[in-house]
Amino acid sequence: MSSNKKVPASESGLQNKFRNITDTNLLLLITIVVFFVMYIGAIIFQGKGFLKPQTFFNILNSNAALIIAACGMSIVMITGGIDISVGGVAALVSMCCAVYLDFHDGNVFVSILIALAIGLGYGIVQGFLVAYLDIQPFIVSLAGMFFARGMTTIVNTNPFNVQNESFVSLKETRITVPGLGSVNKLGKYVPAYIEIGVVVALLTVIILFCVLRWTKLGRGFYAVGGNSQSALMLGINVKRTKFISHLLCGLLAGIGGFVYFMHVGSGSASHASGMEMNAIASSIIGGTMLTGGVGNIIGTLFGVLSLNTIQNIVSSAGYDDAWWTGITIAAMLCLFLIVQSIVMARKKK
Amino acid sequence: MKSENMKKSGVMVFLKKLVRQQIFIPIAALLLLAVFNLINDPSFYKITYGYNSAGDPVLSGYLMTILDYGSELAILAIGMTLVTAATGGQDISVGATIAISGSVILRILCGTNSRPETLQAPILVAFLVSCVVAMIFGAFNGALVAYFKIQPMVATLILFTAGRSIAAWINNNELPIISDPVFSYFGGFIPGIPIPTPFFIAAACMIVTGLVLKFTTLGLYTQSVGINESSSRLNGLNPAFIKFLTFVILGLCVAVAGLIKVSRLSSINYSVIAKDIEMDAILAVALGGNALSGGKFNMTASILGAYVIQFLTTTLYKLNVQSDALPAYKAVVVIVLVVLSAPIVREKLSAFFKKINSKQRFKEVG
Repeated sequence: MSSNKKVPASESGLQNKFRNITDTNLLLLITIVVFFVMYIGAIIFQGKGFLKPQTFFNILNSNAALIIAACGMSIVMITGGIDISVGGVAALVSMCCAVYLDFHDGNVFVSILIALAIGLGYGIVQGFLVAYLDIQPFIVSLAGMFFARGMTTIVNTNPFNVQNESFVSLKETRITVPGLGSVNKLGKYVPAYIEIGVVVALLTVIILFCVLRWTKLGRGFYAVGGNSQSALMLGINVKRTKFISHLLCGLLAGIGGFVYFMHVGSGSASHASGMEMNAIASSIIGGTMLTGGVGNIIGTLFGVLSLNTIQNIVSSAGYDDAWWTGITIAAMLCLFLIVQSIVMARKKK
Repeated sequence: MKSENMKKSGVMVFLKKLVRQQIFIPIAALLLLAVFNLINDPSFYKITYGYNSAGDPVLSGYLMTILDYGSELAILAIGMTLVTAATGGQDISVGATIAISGSVILRILCGTNSRPETLQAPILVAFLVSCVVAMIFGAFNGALVAYFKIQPMVATLILFTAGRSIAAWINNNELPIISDPVFSYFGGFIPGIPIPTPFFIAAACMIVTGLVLKFTTLGLYTQSVGINESSSRLNGLNPAFIKFLTFVILGLCVAVAGLIKVSRLSSINYSVIAKDIEMDAILAVALGGNALSGGKFNMTASILGAYVIQFLTTTLYKLNVQSDALPAYKAVVVIVLVVLSAPIVREKLSAFFKKINSKQRFKEVG
């Protein structure tokens, strides 16, 4: 997992430090540097739009769901699996909640429970198939993705906006960030704000960071992903650990789905399309290795931010068509995959 | 008495042999669907001889639809089987690459004008260029998998996202329409022949594949790389190149399927064309009884699997299932298939059958 080899003292200090750095920290470092370089570059070349605090908070607002889903994805990827059903689950959750709130005049609290139940159900089924029946995670979650998308259409075909009053008031709730704001065109000071989803996302990041770093379960994820054979020798219950990783991912996809639903306020079968791809891309950019055993939740957060910063740059540079976004994400993912592959090949030598 | 027992056991042995054959799985699935349709509505099998809007004789009916629309799936299944066998993973970008190659064909046929009166280039040239483009994209996937050692499904996820965007970009997001009737022959009917053309194209592909597998070592090498990569390297094979090659071959299959797809509409819809076809292609390979984790393969079973999938799709359509809801049903089929073929489940099942068998024997002896 890490390469804490003893290096001869004669080598220079910097190289020594570089050698001693763990894979996780090295990839995290690359991500954070890339993010700051990109953001500063955007401020320099794209004018003052990026200097406003609200631009940054808008990235958070519109991507809170992605952050949550990507955290779940990172955990699964650290354990050596993958889950491409998160976008489908998010769409299914938003459609089910929308139908419940609008057609059955439901209660917001119960709709949160519905979201959690769908996520948990997905996690349990996929986790069981992957961990205990030893089926490839990709096939399981591919089927899961198609099932969720199909189910969304079966639940309700046409997209619609939710009118439920208590939900709308929850959706419109904005938390102002003290001390940050900007002056708008009329010369009026507008404080920067975030939505409730962002709070949920940041809490998720903090909790999962602690779990991964300081709990037995969290270290188990790394051990299983790094080498499941030796993890088994160490007495870790490999199957249970894999199961829990998928369970958490499903649950987080459910929470992410609800946060997404709070952001858009409507149900549609085409919601969150490509979210799985963005979540995987963010995790990989954030330094999580596909082969397992290496990764960091903070990196994932920065991965989401980098991904969206580059999207903002592309769209504010005048390439506003939807297809450019897809091409940019794919190119960035491809680049980081190759960088990872090269970094790891070098480390092995 | 003894001879009767012998006869009985002979039938049992024959049945067991039959069940062990790989091709048994798609045939059993086909029979199951066929019987279901026979009970549900026998008119499913009705084939009518009529004339289409152009005045040419055509055969129509659900069975013809299956032959027609199952053909591009069968072509894709050929390439997907090879990729699965060699790499132990699947290519999920085939739908997106079909969009790209179809877009290339239209771009070349139309030139700069999106509604041309006449074709700007021969169809053959357009097809060959689209073959080259699709093979380049296949090579891109193959290079990521073979030389950068990225898992196939993740490597192809890149094109899965970007492919439709690239397809739209090739035609500047315009929707070219081709009015030349010759172009629509590939996805429809050649005048005078009442059987849909895609079936002939698929048959040609199958014959070529059969010859290649028979007279070259491609099949053997692919399987050996899939079964054990390092030992095939020690035997002098180049596993990376063979993996790369399977992706390029899949690219070629995609180009042929793309020609059929755009020819059906004489136009293209970037976000809908060949949507979810990757799922069907993977399902065809799985239904053919091939291990999705690589190794041995049976091409005939895969191709038959493709037609069975189309049979399933057509049956679901007939039951008035919405096209957007189809994936949910197919996903259930996939899960049932992979669960049944999972080694752990198989072991448990065979242990269970052994138990029943031994109990029966006890009864016979007793």
